[in-house]
Amino acid sequence: MATWHEYLIKEGRPPAWPYPVRFGQEREIDTDVLVIGGGIAGCWAAISAARQGVRVALLEKGDVSRSGSGGPGCDHWCNAPANPLSRVDPDEWAVHMADQPYCNGIGIQIQCRENYDTLLEMEQMGGKIRDSEDEYVGAEGRDDETKLMISPRYGVKHSYLADFETVEPDYNPPEKRNNVVIRVWGSTFKPLLKKECLRLGVQVYDRVMGTSLLNENGVQGARVVGATGLNCRTGEFLIFRAKAVILATAGAGSLWLMSMEHGGYSNMHSRNISGDGTVMAWRAGAALTMMERSGGIGIATGLKHKWYTGAGDASYENVPIVDAKGRRLPYPIQGWEDAGAMVASPETEAKIRQGVLRGEYELPFFGDFPAMSDVERRATWLMMLGEESTTKIIVKTLNEGGFDLGRDQLMSYKLIEGQSPPQWREAGYGGGVLVDWNLKTTIEGLYAAGSQMFSPEDHSFCAATGRYAGRKAAVYAKEIGGDLKISREQIEQEKNRILAPTKRTSGAEWKELHNGLTRAMQYFVSEFKTERLLKMGLEEIERIEAETVPKLFALDPHKLMRSIEDLSMIEYAKIIIQAMRERKASSIPLDFHRIDYPELDPPEWDKYLTVKLENGQIKFGELPQRFWGNMKEQYEAHNRDYTGVYTPNK
Amino acid sequence: MVSEQRVFAIPNVQTPSMPVTFDPNVCKGCNTCVEVCPIDVFIPNPQKGAPPIILHAEECWYCGCCACDCPNPGAIKFNWPLPLKPRWRNKETGKVSQL
Repeated sequence: MATWHEYLIKEGRPPAWPYPVRFGQEREIDTDVLVIGGGIAGCWAAISAARQGVRVALLEKGDVSRSGSGGPGCDHWCNAPANPLSRVDPDEWAVHMADQPYCNGIGIQIQCRENYDTLLEMEQMGGKIRDSEDEYVGAEGRDDETKLMISPRYGVKHSYLADFETVEPDYNPPEKRNNVVIRVWGSTFKPLLKKECLRLGVQVYDRVMGTSLLNENGVQGARVVGATGLNCRTGEFLIFRAKAVILATAGAGSLWLMSMEHGGYSNMHSRNISGDGTVMAWRAGAALTMMERSGGIGIATGLKHKWYTGAGDASYENVPIVDAKGRRLPYPIQGWEDAGAMVASPETEAKIRQGVLRGEYELPFFGDFPAMSDVERRATWLMMLGEESTTKIIVKTLNEGGFDLGRDQLMSYKLIEGQSPPQWREAGYGGGVLVDWNLKTTIEGLYAAGSQMFSPEDHSFCAATGRYAGRKAAVYAKEIGGDLKISREQIEQEKNRILAPTKRTSGAEWKELHNGLTRAMQYFVSEFKTERLLKMGLEEIERIEAETVPKLFALDPHKLMRSIEDLSMIEYAKIIIQAMRERKASSIPLDFHRIDYPELDPPEWDKYLTVKLENGQIKFGELPQRFWGNMKEQYEAHNRDYTGVYTPNK
Repeated sequence: MVSEQRVFAIPNVQTPSMPVTFDPNVCKGCNTCVEVCPIDVFIPNPQKGAPPIILHAEECWYCGCCACDCPNPGAIKFNWPLPLKPRWRNKETGKVSQL
């Protein structure tokens, strides 16, 4: 008996809500630094702030031990050019990484300078970063002295695209590799981060979602002096007073498609991500940027969201892809031979497709693990896949289910899984909170880290920027003093907003609201973008707000949490549409195509568009490409006091 | 057997309904999975020592932390929904298997 209906049948009644229900009950907490979001960035922010000697509170919608996109694990520590095996200069590599439009040069510089230090601190906490048991002796990229394992990623450059020289023999010889990406045992990390938070005295509030930021005297755009939260199990309303707040809730959620029941789409992000932090920053008056960017989402026919739907589908990293008759396909394999390329060129894709249609290749395709050497396939299976986020459980169940790595080929779903419809998109491709060299937002007292920022990168980017933001926010909290002028009116408004769905027992429930929102986005904010369609989309969402939101009902604290997430996503969708309407040009790097403004990346639109609320009105602004200035100089000017790797007994 | 019991009027069961299965002989009802799950897929069973109750099955994002962090190996088995079950092929014999 493990399901709800079995309980009902056996007991004759449904189970009672297992936690005390405290809708509307208040609890006040005072702290120096408040971190909202307990994923990778949030944990590192909390740890680093606490190490500066300030009081820290950490809010997490789930449980910090495994929450967030990086909670289950991490297989690659990307962009660690300061590691001892690296052949590139961290500052030069950062410039190389940031040599692309609409990236986050501030975060990239921080990552390149500090994320090897961050990794060493992870090791101090007990995280496994070396092949200390000699399980992979002989694996390519393993350094016998340090026992670090270099990954084939970024072997020649930082792209996942195949280089035109890939096919040349000896294209990526060991002596020429950049060695900037390290394979790690990341499934060990997250529980250790929680343990360190607790060891340092961080007040961890699990199952509490942040719902709003509190501005000084309740004035939008004024200094942030705290936040409100909702306990997702009890409905308790929490009021935090804090000298500094760090947002680390990551970006958007499933705005264009909610497909829980069939788990059908490819998404690297946690199910809990719903744009809460971005919307909190927006309501508080902080500027956002890149909100007009979105991207297609892949369909992961085989297993939800992993493996990737790229060329390496079903196998990944050094695993040759073969057709049903065992013929090697010309897909890149993110391996040593192609310096980590994983995306086939359009020409290669077309060649394979034509080959299938003409009968030269036969479907389906397979990842040919048996063709690999034992140590290489173990490295891919047990580290690349066994340590990476949600693939660990895939490896575990396949192993238990009879899959034999030395004997069996894993099926790939390339071509037969089809393409995702163009109206299914994802907003997690760049939009976020604007930050400066202190990772401070445009309002006082408010910081952002990891995927909460615009144009975020990967796990180690979140770790390094979280660690950095924690340090900076702690310095601010020490300087600012404790006179926090919180507005009771602002708190009352927020309390009324989030408790409203608990006042009803029928009307519209959160899933219907969510699906209605995704439908509006699919119809009006997708492949075909015009002023008319975008305006219709905005009007439709405003109609949902006016007519459906007042009917929203939530029967328990969990459903209330999902309802509040949907309200965040409604706001997030409106910001996206406003930003899309404002950018009157198309752009390849923004994956943004307007039928009424078809010109691609015209010079006058080669800029970041910023958006914020001022006195309740939307205000647009702009910033030039590389607005962060000289990365090395700026980093050094802002970090003269940086002391490197933490000394536990300091 | 449903026929021997009272039949209730209940809504359709969620799809999927069982992202994991519990072995009641191994599970000690310690509720580690209830606490680890970032989604609150499970709630503790009112009967102490019994496996948790799957409440929000269709919100599962298949992160697998419940099974991977379970202190009693074998208590939780991942149960991929039918459309998500992976396939493989024996390279020698060509026999295709599915989880």
